[in-house]
Amino acid sequence: MLDASEGYITEDGRKIGGVVMEMKNITLRFGGVVAIKDISFDIREGEIRAIIGPNGAGKSSMLNVISGFYVPQEGEVWFHGQKRPPMRPYEVARQGIARTFQNIALFEGMSVLDNVMTGRLNYMQAGLFAQAIWRGKAEREETENREAVEKIIDFLEIQHIRKTPVSRLPYGLKKRVELARALAAEPKLLLLDEPMAGMNVEEKEDMSRFILDVNDEFGTTIALIEHDMGVVMDLSDRVVVMDYGKKIGDGTPDEVRNNQEVIDAYLGVAHD
Amino acid sequence: MFYREAGDFKTSYVADNQTFPIKFDRYRYYAVLVVAFGIIPFVINDYWANALLLPFLIYAIAAIGLNILVGYCGQVSLGTGGFMAVGAYACYKLMTAFPEVSMFIHVILAGGITAAVGVLFGLPSLRIKGFYLAVATLAAQFFLVWLFNRVPWFYNYSASGQINAPERDVFGIIITGPNAPAWATYLFCLIFLTACAVIARNLTRGTMGRTWMAIRDMDIAAEIIGVNPLKAKMTAFAVSSFFVGISGALFFALYLGAVEVGEAFGIQKSFLVLFMVIIGGLGSIFGSFAGAAFLVLLPVVLKVVGADMLGWPTDIVAHLQLVIVGALIITFLIMEPHGLAQLWRVAKEKLRLWPFPH
Repeated sequence: MLDASEGYITEDGRKIGGVVMEMKNITLRFGGVVAIKDISFDIREGEIRAIIGPNGAGKSSMLNVISGFYVPQEGEVWFHGQKRPPMRPYEVARQGIARTFQNIALFEGMSVLDNVMTGRLNYMQAGLFAQAIWRGKAEREETENREAVEKIIDFLEIQHIRKTPVSRLPYGLKKRVELARALAAEPKLLLLDEPMAGMNVEEKEDMSRFILDVNDEFGTTIALIEHDMGVVMDLSDRVVVMDYGKKIGDGTPDEVRNNQEVIDAYLGVAHD
Repeated sequence: MFYREAGDFKTSYVADNQTFPIKFDRYRYYAVLVVAFGIIPFVINDYWANALLLPFLIYAIAAIGLNILVGYCGQVSLGTGGFMAVGAYACYKLMTAFPEVSMFIHVILAGGITAAVGVLFGLPSLRIKGFYLAVATLAAQFFLVWLFNRVPWFYNYSASGQINAPERDVFGIIITGPNAPAWATYLFCLIFLTACAVIARNLTRGTMGRTWMAIRDMDIAAEIIGVNPLKAKMTAFAVSSFFVGISGALFFALYLGAVEVGEAFGIQKSFLVLFMVIIGGLGSIFGSFAGAAFLVLLPVVLKVVGADMLGWPTDIVAHLQLVIVGALIITFLIMEPHGLAQLWRVAKEKLRLWPFPH
């Protein structure tokens, strides 16, 4: 089923392309603590790639490495066939990697619309003076990007709260607004850090549907971290399993589910 | 009842993005402009200009500037007085070095020089936040005042150490010095205030404002979604200091006329403008106006009511002012951190539904 160079066809018949992002032998240390130990995996175009593992396995650290927030001590990050030099997070964002956060990181003092518009910074080029007089490029950009943002707002069904300050929204909607902000950047790679944490069943179903729709309609490549095994196994095409900073499994949900090491990590194993 | 947005539909994003999307607000804004430009200059006299209008206009510019930095970008600054002094001294040096150049250009250049100085003293903000940044800007305040006191070049080696605004005109109308008519100085300041307010509003509702607010609300997340923190903070310091510099230049050249730096631009000035921003409302252009109006009016009203009408001793009235301002700061910080602007917003929300709130 897996073809190293050309991609593969998923169980539900979607065609997955070549490698978008490749992590090669990543090691990340905080002082003496090794958060990630020599991990390699790839993310392919159009796929939904899950990273799972027990608490403290290093999943979020891995996502932070991808989004440039942490610089690994060893290993290489390859994006679109090029080795990525160490760069600041905002430069990574410019390359087309957007993300959401485990604990919602919206801009609480701004409206939903402004939050989502902030996601489109990469498309805003008007200079300070054009913006100061609100003429020419500044006004044109504002309108064009507003149109793009309104499409995302429609897509995620948050039209009714467009002008509401984010601080007034309930948790589930905030998660959705955060997804909208990430999507507004039209990312090549979308990172979702526990998109369903703290949600009830209904909200989880909504969010799963949105994630699948995003992947389906925009063809966005998605890497996600999630604790809910049912959701992960349903959504993802391939799964990386981490435990204590090491990779203990990698493959389709079925392969991972039957991997003895993964079962041991999740259920615990008697030490003799 | 009279404040309505029902039926005021927008059919384009341009219309929805305008400064005053609600028709009623828009007309009120035009009405204010007509009164300010068309009526007040004809009825103004020296007392009104010097006691109320000029300080209000000039402090409003400073408050808008500080609000951009503190309210929109979340970078606390206690250096406003020092930056106003930079504007004033830059304006003075330019006025005396190039007497034939228009005052408009001098004031704008003074703003530009202050912007450069502001960026320089804003550099620590890349490393430190909150109280520590406030202390760093406090250093700017004391350093700048010391500099203007100690380096004679800045006050053209005058014996008193003061700077005095020479007489200058714009299109043949004298606007500085003792012979300037009240309406001319008023109009000159009003033009600058209007321009500053429009620019501030345009910047804060667009991309620039969103990057500032993103840095204010959550700087790490902002950086990860693509905000360059260096650029965002430095532009905030530059734009803020530009406005503060303009207000300093006007404060010196048009309002005071003669300035002794420690007295006119000391630490009290920094706090006064910060209080305006806090009482008026952090993160609101209207709040800057409200705060400036409030703190300019308060001593005048107290004097009229306390000293003139009730016959209290003037020193008691002066102390009462300090007490009231202090109490108000505490009250606002506890009850309404978003200041007068938020009270105004709440009032508008209520008016929209009045008289049928359900």
